[in-house]
Amino acid sequence: MSLFGETLDYLTRSESWLGSGGMLDLLWQQLLLTGTAMVLAVVLGLPLALWLGHRGRGGFAIINISGVGRAVPTFALLAILVAADWPGTATLGPYGRAGLATLIALTLFALPPIITNGYVAVTEVPAEIKEAARGMGMTPLQQFRRAELPLALPLVTAGVRLALVQVWATATIAALVAGPGLGRVITDGFYRNDYGQGIAGAVVVAVVALVLEVGAAQAQRTAYRRTHPAPATT
Amino acid sequence: MTILGAVPSAVDEPSCYSLARNDWFCPAYLADRRSELLDATVQHLGITVAAVLVGLLIAVPLALLARRLPRLEAGVLAVSTGIYTVPSLALFSLLLPFTGLSAATVVIGLALYALTILVRALLDGLRAVPEAVRESATGLGYSRSRRLLRVELPLALPVVMAGLRVATVSTVALTTVGALVSYGGLGNLLVTGVAQSFRAQILTAAVLCVVLAVLLDALLVLAQRALTPWTRA
Repeated sequence: MSLFGETLDYLTRSESWLGSGGMLDLLWQQLLLTGTAMVLAVVLGLPLALWLGHRGRGGFAIINISGVGRAVPTFALLAILVAADWPGTATLGPYGRAGLATLIALTLFALPPIITNGYVAVTEVPAEIKEAARGMGMTPLQQFRRAELPLALPLVTAGVRLALVQVWATATIAALVAGPGLGRVITDGFYRNDYGQGIAGAVVVAVVALVLEVGAAQAQRTAYRRTHPAPATT
Repeated sequence: MTILGAVPSAVDEPSCYSLARNDWFCPAYLADRRSELLDATVQHLGITVAAVLVGLLIAVPLALLARRLPRLEAGVLAVSTGIYTVPSLALFSLLLPFTGLSAATVVIGLALYALTILVRALLDGLRAVPEAVRESATGLGYSRSRRLLRVELPLALPVVMAGLRVATVSTVALTTVGALVSYGGLGNLLVTGVAQSFRAQILTAAVLCVVLAVLLDALLVLAQRALTPWTRA
């Protein structure tokens, strides 16, 4: 059978999707990991980035954080976390130590784009607007909430969207340390010389990535339209 | 081959990388496995450099073409963004039927990612050249290609170099994933390290990755300073 046939065969068989360890199971694991890592990264990184941007300082530190973040391979970080006895035992949590290690590595991976974009977005708000807000007698918190944040929002959401797609893509690397997620379908296929399965896994991961990208772009556009209503034409 | 295979001195005191101690930092490991580490680093460097060069070789004509034909530009940017949503692990396995278990699989995959960053940087850089500069070059009688080579590309260089730095640093990190097809350079050491939970090897490979990224980045900064002397007046 051709490779294409094998791939199609794997994708259309119900047993490759259902049951524990099936692709639906792995898909859910990876979505859960991606979602949790994104929530953690946004909660940890965004307030800090916005605050530093509002104060207009810390740019040097921000640039360095994002530079170092790019230079450390997620796979290396994952390997270090898995080989460490910390955190906890191999059976800890839903996916064991590899799952928790993946969550930590993914959160750290998501931070640089979120922090850089958040910081840049607030510092790029035109100085005249900040001046005008201050001139109108707004308190610093009001200046931030009513003037800076709405103008910074498109760039902030662009950073979160970029991080989301990259975190989803990177989550597959967990499979290299026997962790959870769809990467398992790919690596298992390779180790068993079943290329059809490996490619089937790759196709599913790539399709979900595209769905996430398109969905995030749509959500971004909707949010933008809601916060920036078009002027009435009648 | 076992981890303990090459430790004759283990008789009196266990070496710091023996399974009994399994330390993170171990100078004895560096000394004993020097050639293995060197081979992995050379492979890592070779794959990274090849991928970035291939990416650059394709990115330049593509960017110039997209600039000449504005209708192509949106398409080029859309395709290159699309490539970025495909995970590296998946991309390597999609390339595998065509290139097999070879270094070419990794190089082509990583070149596609580098290409994505570089095309965007080239287009941004060329767009940043002031219209007045372009017009005066034309007024001075520069032909289109001469104007591009002597005026536009040099002025676009800072933005292009920034893109090249990003592409290079992320390629160093992504090369580790090539371990899937056994061509991951230092990533291969990470895979065997995890399988044997061999801490000294994992930490050494991770540190070497970062060092390699920082060195290449510094080299590009130096190259940029040499190529754009006018920015330091």
